[in-house]
Amino acid sequence: MSEPFIADLELDLKGLLCPMPVVKMASAIKKVEIGGIIRATATDPGVMADIPAWAKSTGNEMIKMEREGKVITFWVKRVK
Amino acid sequence: MSEEPKKCVLIVMSGDFDKAFAALTIAATAAALGMETTLFFTFWGLKIIQTGDRTGKGLFGRMVGVMNRGGIDRIGPSKFNFGGIGRWMFKKMMRDKGVTSLPELLQQCIDLDVKFMACLTSMDVMEITLEDLIPGVEIAGAATMLAEAQQSQVQLFI
Repeated sequence: MSEPFIADLELDLKGLLCPMPVVKMASAIKKVEIGGIIRATATDPGVMADIPAWAKSTGNEMIKMEREGKVITFWVKRVK
Repeated sequence: MSEEPKKCVLIVMSGDFDKAFAALTIAATAAALGMETTLFFTFWGLKIIQTGDRTGKGLFGRMVGVMNRGGIDRIGPSKFNFGGIGRWMFKKMMRDKGVTSLPELLQQCIDLDVKFMACLTSMDVMEITLEDLIPGVEIAGAATMLAEAQQSQVQLFI
């Protein structure tokens, strides 16, 4: 698997269900600088809709999301 | 971007386990989305933010305190409670699936700076004092809630 983005923070959200992935993202985003990238892994398929919605609502950038089997990996950039 | 943060107000009338679960999930998520979120607890909803100690002064107040004892760990579902068995069953089912428990959700709301307000009139009727509620709850009336709701993009009644 190619890793095109260097992550400033790794976040393991595996096993967590709604609303926890979004809640954890909200606190994690404050831990990186503006322009910083979080790479997170999750197993709740709900994140495929909820994380982009959270990013849109908070004004952060959803860079990429991919699914391999049960594990979903996504990259989010802190914009503000 | 320096625009005003969006706001969300939830009026929590129900003290049922399932509805509390919905209210706290929405509140935690709204706060995570960057919204200034307020939970306004009224009537049965007060049970969610009670410490769980016995309440009431007069005969009826004490009766309510016993028959309708509050506390986030004590509330039961609106259906299939069967005198507490349903509550145990739903808690178990949620735990088995890895769903966040109600006390944890409540703590998440507190950590995310969700504002907690309690309806004073309901507290007077049910003989619940501020000491019977978890720390950080503010006393408010309908006007305070409506003033918040007027400025909110999302208003929900649960």
